[in-house]
Amino acid sequence: MTLEVRDLRVEFPTRRGTLTALDGISIAIAPGEVLGVVGESGAGKSITGLAIIGLLEPPGRIAAGEVRLEGQRIDNLPPGEMRKLRGRKIGVIFQDPLTSLNPLYTIGRQLEETIVAHLPMAKRAARDRALALLGEVGIPAPAARYRHYPHQFSGGMRQRVVIALALAAEPRLLIADEPTTALDVSIQAQIIALLKRLAAERGAAVMLITHDMGVIAETAHRVAVMYAGRIVEVGGVREVIHAPKHPYTVGLMGSIPRIAAKRSRLVQIDGAMPRLNAIPPGCAFHPRCTRRFERCLHERPDLLPAGASRAACWLHAAA
Amino acid sequence: MPLLSLQGVSRDFDVSRPWLNRVLEHEPRRLLRAVDHVSLDIEKGETVGLVGESGCGKSTVARLIVGLYAPSEGRVEFRGRRLQMIFQDPYASLNPRWRVRDIVAEPIRFLGTAGKVQELLAQVGLSADDGDKYPHEFSGGQRQRISIARALAGEPDFLVCDEPTSALDVSVQAQILNLMSELQRRLGLTYLFISHNLAVVSQVADRVGVMYLGRIVELAPAAQLFSRPRHPYTRMLLDAVPDLAMSGRPRTPVRGEVPNPLAPPAGCTFHPRCPHADDRCRREVPAFSDGVACHAVAEGRIATAIEAARLE
Repeated sequence: MTLEVRDLRVEFPTRRGTLTALDGISIAIAPGEVLGVVGESGAGKSITGLAIIGLLEPPGRIAAGEVRLEGQRIDNLPPGEMRKLRGRKIGVIFQDPLTSLNPLYTIGRQLEETIVAHLPMAKRAARDRALALLGEVGIPAPAARYRHYPHQFSGGMRQRVVIALALAAEPRLLIADEPTTALDVSIQAQIIALLKRLAAERGAAVMLITHDMGVIAETAHRVAVMYAGRIVEVGGVREVIHAPKHPYTVGLMGSIPRIAAKRSRLVQIDGAMPRLNAIPPGCAFHPRCTRRFERCLHERPDLLPAGASRAACWLHAAA
Repeated sequence: MPLLSLQGVSRDFDVSRPWLNRVLEHEPRRLLRAVDHVSLDIEKGETVGLVGESGCGKSTVARLIVGLYAPSEGRVEFRGRRLQMIFQDPYASLNPRWRVRDIVAEPIRFLGTAGKVQELLAQVGLSADDGDKYPHEFSGGQRQRISIARALAGEPDFLVCDEPTSALDVSVQAQILNLMSELQRRLGLTYLFISHNLAVVSQVADRVGVMYLGRIVELAPAAQLFSRPRHPYTRMLLDAVPDLAMSGRPRTPVRGEVPNPLAPPAGCTFHPRCPHADDRCRREVPAFSDGVACHAVAEGRIATAIEAARLE
């Protein structure tokens, strides 16, 4: 496994007590595999990504569990070591390409610097590699664009540059947090295809964080669905999309409008996801769940086998 | 008589550099045409969807209709009682210092509103106590309910909704879309529904217009547009939507990006990205007729029948 996360727990100590942002998160991603992490805002999907790459905003901290990259434990590395690892072994792509690029440097210089910092390469060779990367991510006329600044690129082109930067040192793990959310659909389709192809060619493990099930369906092999800081369902992409097992996933899938099948009324999950300081006891989804029963109110379910997937729901408890 | 009609409406924005630069550097004025000769009729009780990518002019159309912008050319005629607008961002469109009660009552504050606010809140699924709270006490979905209650206060018959669910999570989006269609049925509202999300538009709209660089390139009943798209741009957009059903249907990869609207291509503005473009497309702007603005469709160069079979 390229990435292994076991029982990860992230806490934010505040004046009014400790908030648990993530609890019992376990994830494994194999080389060449794309794991989609999906959930609504506040579910904890971005925090999961940040915890793995060691960029949790203080006072947030990993309170329990471990993160292993190619077998090596990385959650307890000193900050300097972790910084070297990011960029070298872990590539990161964020939603807004403008925050990942330095507006004062040409994109060529930024790429060159990244390559020289992480790979044993002379400037000349780094330049060639940077040009090759720009070509690979689909920037037309890379030699001419090399000296351009980020503001001279469109949103889609900028995101391509960010992908080139993330891939510059041949990382083993790529974490993409909402990489297409800021883009138009036609550009989104191009970026998804690009990410898929590059990850497959390089055998990198990819963690794709998004709120968009459509993007997951197009890209991921497996999916983890998050709700209120926990994984509530995990399984192969086909199983989760076509035969969801957790009532939350069922509701989520039903609430997505689809072009082919107009319905008079969308399935709706009443209420909203609880805030971190008001997570209900028992199963966190029970107040919104139409299939809840006594046990759900008091006891929190772990991931249980449910068909070919696993779901954290008492409906799937062996009788 | 349509409730609302746009007749050849255009809107230019002056994006020139400052006067001194223009004089010293001999630069001409530069105009950006955000909306270009858009004509559209909306009948009472229907929902017209408007889709397109960022910068295509769909929000400018919304603002022209409600009078936030004046048209540079053409006419906007509204024959209804009152129109209102619902905005995308329920965080920016509600005054954080006002109580919900006052926000909802603002449009009718001179009419004596005591009982009315409670009724409005109930209509959008909020409780009467919610009127005493401030916007920050609500989630995004509830805030959008407040915006809808405010829009309904003046008893409008026409609502312009500019990306009303784009800032919301999908499960909350479903709640708002269901609420909007209930209100339409109950109050006989007419909607112009603007969104970049084709699936959302297909869920709510009776007719759909597709915009590209300021023009409507195709306008058709929703069922027809989504099952038998005619304009190459509409097809490209539909092919770009992620395939949630994972049917593995064949799709053509998307080419290129929207060009710079300050220097739009000559002829049909879509021609640099169009697989069917020929010399005429590069030269001549296609006229909008019979629901579509495309030379290739008009000349019968695109075989709609084959395409339709492929999609079904």
